[in-house]
Amino acid sequence: MSQQPPSALNSDHTTTPLPTHSIQRRNFLRYSGAGLALTGLLLTGCDDDDESSNNSAFVDVGSGDLGVLNYAYALEQLEYAFYSQVQGGAYYKGLAPTSAEKQILDDLLVHEKAHVDLFRNALGSNAIKDLEPDFSTINFDDRAIVLGTAKTFEDTGVAAYNGAARYLETPTYLPLAGKIVSVEARHAALIRDIITFNAFVAADVVDLYTPLTGGAIGAGAGSGLEKSMRPALVVNAVNQYLKEGSKLNVSKFV
Amino acid sequence: MDFFQLLSDIEKVDPEVYERFDARRRVFKHFGTMGKKLTAAAMPGLVSGLFSKAYGQTTTLPADVVNVLNLALSLEYLEFYFYDTALNRPTYGLPTSASLFTTTPAAATSERQGIVLIRNDEEGHIKTLRAALGPAAIPEPARAVFDYSGGKGGFKGPFADVFTSSATFYRVAQSFVDTGVRAYKGGAPVLFNNKDLLEAALNIHSVEARHSSHLRTLRRGKAAGVDGPPAAQATVGSLNTAPKSWISGTDNGGASPTTSVSTTPIYGAGAPATDYPAENNIAQAGRTITTDSGINDAAASEAFDEPLDAATVKTIARNFVAASSTLFT
Repeated sequence: MSQQPPSALNSDHTTTPLPTHSIQRRNFLRYSGAGLALTGLLLTGCDDDDESSNNSAFVDVGSGDLGVLNYAYALEQLEYAFYSQVQGGAYYKGLAPTSAEKQILDDLLVHEKAHVDLFRNALGSNAIKDLEPDFSTINFDDRAIVLGTAKTFEDTGVAAYNGAARYLETPTYLPLAGKIVSVEARHAALIRDIITFNAFVAADVVDLYTPLTGGAIGAGAGSGLEKSMRPALVVNAVNQYLKEGSKLNVSKFV
Repeated sequence: MDFFQLLSDIEKVDPEVYERFDARRRVFKHFGTMGKKLTAAAMPGLVSGLFSKAYGQTTTLPADVVNVLNLALSLEYLEFYFYDTALNRPTYGLPTSASLFTTTPAAATSERQGIVLIRNDEEGHIKTLRAALGPAAIPEPARAVFDYSGGKGGFKGPFADVFTSSATFYRVAQSFVDTGVRAYKGGAPVLFNNKDLLEAALNIHSVEARHSSHLRTLRRGKAAGVDGPPAAQATVGSLNTAPKSWISGTDNGGASPTTSVSTTPIYGAGAPATDYPAENNIAQAGRTITTDSGINDAAASEAFDEPLDAATVKTIARNFVAASSTLFT
């Protein structure tokens, strides 16, 4: 893999940096040859009212298919930036070369890089800008803090994908989201198992089911379902890790 | 007709009326502008159509949705009975082998407790899917319908020691859960137009992926001679024992590629392969991940799980039910 320097979010991403989301939207027709065949999506982009998205403190992810893709892109950017910075911390640097935790953290970094790159390429000129993370509250030298924050990002990512699928307007990108969300769930479960064995599912992320003793199958309480989260809730959790001007606005999902 | 007064009246007897319309919220969004164009005469028909959709949907699930949910329900029964039988071996006339689950460390962090959690989740999924299907749900199969040896009845298949050998137990467990994750991924697009069902299925899908992660951690740890949390494991160079809680390439054919019932198809391509590629796929949405991200084939395949079609899922699962059963047909 090509190793990323710490805080490498912007290092290799853009060949044609675009200043703001709203400008991208106005100009998107000019770039419509880029990336995927986005013919269906372009119409969605046209419908969007961008008059209110000039608030420079927030990045408006938009709505519809493009909105969901940009929302996912934003969360993946954050995760990738986090794991990039982990590599520069004393905790990671102190791991033995053959240790499981080192291999796991290396794997997580490249997986998130693959996700980020794919969303950026798929969105082409419709992509939101590169976000600037704010990890000033995170001590990257501390194992418990690094793993605890990784847990938050992974769990939030899973809940976010599950809770955003309903905002897709065409089925085109549902399979792609499905391919990614289960990998995020694998990450989440492993990080949780490292922190506390058997925490791969727990009441904070899953509506745990309790069987009825001696009762029929399905007679107990709970559902065994992941606790998916709507975008507004997710953004409340993650905006603290984004700098002013990079915080997310997801208000157009309805 | 005062539409909003009508909604308000309904709300008095059914506080959830707005939630029932949740999946059709866009209709409401456009009501404002539509109203100008609609004649008063057109309104009652439009409104009655809206209501029949909101209140009648449990009895009118399309056939393809019923098929997807019933396949999911069948897989949940397969998994539920598997874990439940393993946890209650004396009840079902099976020898209680102390080595099936380690008993240390004790209590909440024990290996057994992890299996209890998975079993309970599967039962919750059964409850959820039955509620979604209503009368269209398949009847509850008997425990004896399943043959976890992979012998299609008679318990003489290649995994006949599944409830006495820890290694075999985790081989079979990983095979079921990895099949399940791919099956949900393959079925989800059929649910696209029913947003609540789609979200519920995705909320099962990710829990199955969590199970897969945990079971793979356990199995690989044991193969490397380590019990318990992955932090205790050291990388040992082999793909089969490294702490990979995700699927790398085609997983070397899975946990038991050379048995007469092989695990290879669980990680292979479905039909058609363009829609259901093998797990070693490195092309996504028209992009080549290795080139775009400068990462190797293993990493590019790990970063994305792949869906599997219903027919291939059924072929895999049929090895674990009696030949006389209609499950997975």
